[in-house]
Amino acid sequence: MSDPTASAAGVTGTLEGHAGSPPTTAEPGREKPRSLGRDAWEDLRHNWVFWIASVLILILIVMAIAPGVFTSASPTASDLDVSRQGPGPGAPFGYDLQGRDVLARTIYGARASILVGIFATAFATIVGSFMGIVAGYYGGWTDTIVSRLTDVFFAIPIFLGAILVLTSFPSDENTSQVAAYTKVAVALAIFGWTSTARIMRSSVIQVKQADFVQAARALGASNSAIIRKHVLPNSLTPVIVVATISLGGYIGAEAGLSYLGIGLQPPVISWGIAISDAQTYLRVSPHMMMFPIAFLSITVLAFIMLGDAVREALDPKLR
Amino acid sequence: MTLTETGSPAAVPAGTPPLLEVDNLHVEFRTREGVAKAVNGVSYAINAGETLAVLGESGSGKSVTAQAIMGILDTPPGFVTKGSIRYQGDDLLQMPEGVRRTYRGEHLAMIFQDALSSLNPVFSVGYQIAEMFRVHRGMSRSDGMKKALELMELVNIPAARERVKDYPHQFSGGMRQRIMIAMAIALDPEVLIADEPTTALDVTVQAQIMALLKELQRERDMGLILITHDLGVVADVADKIAVMYAGRIVERAPVYDIYARPAHPYTEGLLASIPRVDMKGQELFAIKGIPPSLMRIPPGCPFNPRCGYARDICREQDPPNYPVGDAHDSACHFWEEVVDGTRR
Repeated sequence: MSDPTASAAGVTGTLEGHAGSPPTTAEPGREKPRSLGRDAWEDLRHNWVFWIASVLILILIVMAIAPGVFTSASPTASDLDVSRQGPGPGAPFGYDLQGRDVLARTIYGARASILVGIFATAFATIVGSFMGIVAGYYGGWTDTIVSRLTDVFFAIPIFLGAILVLTSFPSDENTSQVAAYTKVAVALAIFGWTSTARIMRSSVIQVKQADFVQAARALGASNSAIIRKHVLPNSLTPVIVVATISLGGYIGAEAGLSYLGIGLQPPVISWGIAISDAQTYLRVSPHMMMFPIAFLSITVLAFIMLGDAVREALDPKLR
Repeated sequence: MTLTETGSPAAVPAGTPPLLEVDNLHVEFRTREGVAKAVNGVSYAINAGETLAVLGESGSGKSVTAQAIMGILDTPPGFVTKGSIRYQGDDLLQMPEGVRRTYRGEHLAMIFQDALSSLNPVFSVGYQIAEMFRVHRGMSRSDGMKKALELMELVNIPAARERVKDYPHQFSGGMRQRIMIAMAIALDPEVLIADEPTTALDVTVQAQIMALLKELQRERDMGLILITHDLGVVADVADKIAVMYAGRIVERAPVYDIYARPAHPYTEGLLASIPRVDMKGQELFAIKGIPPSLMRIPPGCPFNPRCGYARDICREQDPPNYPVGDAHDSACHFWEEVVDGTRR
């Protein structure tokens, strides 16, 4: 038994100390508090996969925002004299059928891929997380209905579903670029949110049973507070990982849809369209296809690598 | 049903309802395998400044009773089927959930066995304590943090100022339990339920935590319900004891009385099975058999299959609460024999 008088004295002492000098926002002190996020960052910092992926993604994002940084050539200027000319001085990636600079077109094409990828991921993650939380947290009938709905959407392959949506609501020349991007992204996400919802649901069910959720309830937290402060932050990890990895998948899918001619439409510059155009001349002018394909593969790879690194950093079981 | 007579530090004038009163509470769990009757007619009351120890082995219904009081029973499968839980005379069970929630944290608070898993791993402890003030008192973040720091110092966390932004996993078991206590007492509740608060801790730390709880209780005049299966913890802290078996209270007594004059064979068995220094070399007493399945509680007295005093009546008639002495009663047909037996 500790001496009660001693601890009582300590108590009053500290309280008086505070009455005299109200503390400002507490100093973090020398020793850094280690949150889960900081732990994960420590892990990532020493992971070369993470750095390679990050640098690649950073370059791609700069490409999407300011393609002029990487090439001075115009992606739309065409000169039929140089049609299908291979790589050479002045045009390191050569020219396409219309005599347009392949390097410029490849670099300008990053924007479509990145934007569609981000839109689709954001949409799928938000819808999927919402459905997953509702199903997992409330359980019972709500869970049954939401889960079966998820199954219905899950049964339709993402790509087939996107083809279905895009052929039903085709874009034409009058569709604005942003609308075209959004349409492709939505078409992909409509059938893509299901995996996020399933993962979110299972992780919410797990967190919901945690003692700290019951403790929070015992101390008067409302359902919405429990979801916001306890359930969501603790079940987000797998969703972040899935989102990062699936971003690469959506970029690939966008290229696929554009290749088929139902994704983005020609005035828009896209890797998928470039690959589709180059296909006819693959045997004689392989450079027309090689470069957009290389960029596409590297982009998808970069996001998958990033997702993998993040998963490793956030998953305590792999430590 | 009040048990506040002799010895209780806070004898309340007659007529005022007790701070918290559980009356004839029944809880059952409806599972696929059948209905488990976890709590079968539990009654106890507690007043300000009083400590009630609820004693019993795992599955005796002590934690379920606490969860029912707090309103955090998992429903389904758990259902309160009968009884009332009155806080200052108002029946919590009759309140709509929205009203009832305002009692939690504010008037009734609870701490749990495993403090690490009871704290949210993604937020700093200071933030979590401050949340109590932000949500319930509408304080700003910085004011909340100030109060959090004060509370951390109140529960004797060394170097609280440096540690306020640390995360739960950076604290030792005892410190985590202190933080949990700080959160629980943040809003100055009138009743604190501690569900085996020291079970997961070292013996030395156990003593410190119990001393802290006792000290805070005295300072704030809280009613403390201490749920435990450790008779050693109880002796120093509790004012009165309720012993639970198979979802009912088999004996209630002031703390000194229970050690001197156990009046139920189960209590007697529990006391006999505490290791003692002067019994070196002898075989430790153990109560034979195992507790009944809550889905098939035997008829009559639930303890009868394990009881050395059991006779035909025990297998037929559920014993009422026989008054044994001042604020002391026992649910045993042969309590007189039990009392005499230990005096022998």
